[in-house]
Amino acid sequence: MGTNTININIHEEQQRAEESIKAQGLRVLVCNGTGCIANGSNDVIAKFKELGADVSILTQHDKVTIVPTGCHGFCEQGVLVIIPDLNITYVKVKPEDVEEIVDSHIKQGKPVERLLYTSPQTGEKVYKNEDIEFYARQSRTTLQNCGEINAECIDEAIAKHAYEALAKVLQENNPEAVIQEIEKSGLRGRGGGGFPTGRKWRFTAANRGGKSYVVCNGDEGDPGAFMDRSVMEGDPHKLLEGMAIAGFAIGSDEAYIYVRAEYPLAIKRLRIAIKQAEERGFLGKNIMGTDFNFEIHIKEGAGAFVCGEETALMASIEGERGMPRPKPPFPANKGLFGRPTLINNVETLANVPDIIRKGADWFSSFGTETSKGTKTFALTGEVNNTGLIEVPMGTTLREIIFDIGGGIRNGKKFKAAQIGGPSGGCLTEEHLDLPMDYDSLIKAGAMVGSGGLVVMNEDTCIVEVARFFMHFTQSESCGKCVPCREGTKNMLKILEKIVRGQGEMKDLDTLEELAYAVKEGSLCGLGKTAPNPVLSTLKYFRDEYVAHIKEKRCPAGVCSALKVIKIDESICKGCTKCARTCPVGAISGTVKNPHKIDQSKCIKCGACVAACPFKAIKQA
Amino acid sequence: MPALTRDHSDWVKVDSIIDSFEAKKSNLIAILQKVQEEFRYLPEDILTYIGTKIEGLSPATVYGVATFYAQFSLEPKGKYIIKCCDGTACHVRGSMPVYTSLKQRFGLEDGTFTSKDGLFTLETVSCLGACGLAPVVVINDKVYPQMTTDAMKIIIDTILDEEHSA
Repeated sequence: MGTNTININIHEEQQRAEESIKAQGLRVLVCNGTGCIANGSNDVIAKFKELGADVSILTQHDKVTIVPTGCHGFCEQGVLVIIPDLNITYVKVKPEDVEEIVDSHIKQGKPVERLLYTSPQTGEKVYKNEDIEFYARQSRTTLQNCGEINAECIDEAIAKHAYEALAKVLQENNPEAVIQEIEKSGLRGRGGGGFPTGRKWRFTAANRGGKSYVVCNGDEGDPGAFMDRSVMEGDPHKLLEGMAIAGFAIGSDEAYIYVRAEYPLAIKRLRIAIKQAEERGFLGKNIMGTDFNFEIHIKEGAGAFVCGEETALMASIEGERGMPRPKPPFPANKGLFGRPTLINNVETLANVPDIIRKGADWFSSFGTETSKGTKTFALTGEVNNTGLIEVPMGTTLREIIFDIGGGIRNGKKFKAAQIGGPSGGCLTEEHLDLPMDYDSLIKAGAMVGSGGLVVMNEDTCIVEVARFFMHFTQSESCGKCVPCREGTKNMLKILEKIVRGQGEMKDLDTLEELAYAVKEGSLCGLGKTAPNPVLSTLKYFRDEYVAHIKEKRCPAGVCSALKVIKIDESICKGCTKCARTCPVGAISGTVKNPHKIDQSKCIKCGACVAACPFKAIKQA
Repeated sequence: MPALTRDHSDWVKVDSIIDSFEAKKSNLIAILQKVQEEFRYLPEDILTYIGTKIEGLSPATVYGVATFYAQFSLEPKGKYIIKCCDGTACHVRGSMPVYTSLKQRFGLEDGTFTSKDGLFTLETVSCLGACGLAPVVVINDKVYPQMTTDAMKIIIDTILDEEHSA
């Protein structure tokens, strides 16, 4: 096979797209991701348009265009409005702020100071985008275009090099070279396991010839992770292009994207993107005039975490119960509808176009020895700056939490970070300088997983968190393997018992024994990893389990059955307010004398704590 | 609440849904999603019908699929479906007090999810992917960020006011 002639000059298309963007004049970027929509970004956009910012107004700019973009990642500060002329990000913008932005910033070039981001460390307003710590330390590649382009307009993606890599591989017409490039880049699966992507492609390509499929796993089920959602919503063409390149490399002409039903906006934007790409000849039949055909379908999930497991996901696409099956046969040999299937997750495929366009060496210049490239993390929980971030593999937890995340909110103490969702583990203070890559995390008893990173402070009860995850995996267990179905149930029972203060020391041994049985005896990743949160918290926070069992005390003061509410007699003024508020009459005392709580009657509702005007009542 | 006896137009609707997905076995989940959208739940007689109408399926298989996925409900759902996110981030930031307050307000006992007046269905979901805004509550696809029990009370009051004045 020689090189192909393609009927599209992608560079000309790019130039045209760039010109059409230039013609928009000043682009006011308003975040329109799920997070900002919830904060009212549609109203902000409507207000801008109402004020005429969408058409030319008498300003220093000939023209102003309001661009709804994908997620900037800084969801908590939404609605975000970015105006590139002064390189400024406005945070928490409300519709009533729009007029001031138009009058001051757009018309007179004067920034609106009160809407700037305030640094939690210095308490000062930040003028330049690159000075916001949250963005300053990131290396955004996969997420680069999210937040800069209008995801519903293909020209904006083309101006940012979309489909350039696809044009390149179609022109060179050498699938083997594509696979070699991906192998050389060192890209590993971003969905959890970290399996080398190039090797997976090679296995599937070995069955070239008959019908085969590419499947994109967009069933981002890990609670606390939303990077795939952001890519699908904010830069769908990057994913579609990655899938088409994968299809070309393995000789497949049909693909499915399996998206969670909880992501309606992602589904909508993907549908628009597929249609636009087909109209331009980047997807569909005879792509760019070659004999390569590639059709992408969208399948909506119906709410089952186990469908993140590849064999379960394929069963679900076939319209069946999403239950995993034993491997081998691997999907590369016998997958969807019994045909060879390549299955990769969203973030993995979104990395592909840049690797092809900029080269494997560019990609592998990021990261560590065995984990190349960048990784997105969904940074949430008790940090000052929550949101979606992208950093080189191997960045330490300390940099992520304290530099990008701006530290723990309300000046509290860092306790633990839960990484990898219900399959992952806890990282503690001793891991703060651990490089975050596949292998170091496995060694620490955790995993990268999809990249959910939930930060917990001293007020979080670790045992309760372990119970929470076990409750999750127990209810999501599909029930096929007995150790997973019954084991998780019994582990949950024990954890519930401990949280209620009825645990015994021997429960901890049973818990560990069950954990290993579930790990060993389960078919798929769900069961194999379900005990991880329990095992890692038992390892690092055993003393908290012991406190719940022996002292009947919850050190974080979370578990309501173990709460003790006390009145500090030195502060109490005897105003009787608490006694009148208590719904069960557990508080007694006379006017102007310190009151007392009868612990046998107290139901720990906390009503008295809220009612006390002197803050004399405390919960421990 | 939808009528329990089904008239002809219901079956026409079901037929047109099945046809729009080419009566294909692999489209079963999508068909069930559309049926649920139409009827607000999956009535058992319709499940049986789908199982006999599509080649390669049996009523038992359809029932199996319908009961496997969390999204499907075999009971009628309320007019307002309230989804409290209880993903990790929401959980850590206090989603459970919000859920409990709603449960008490609707007078729901353990194991029941729809209020007696058929107006509200209360569910938990594991993650809506809006973790930066935790805790999140979704009412009929509208996302309410950073919820508290007080804010929730106002939102429900507003819905009830609209319902009564309508």
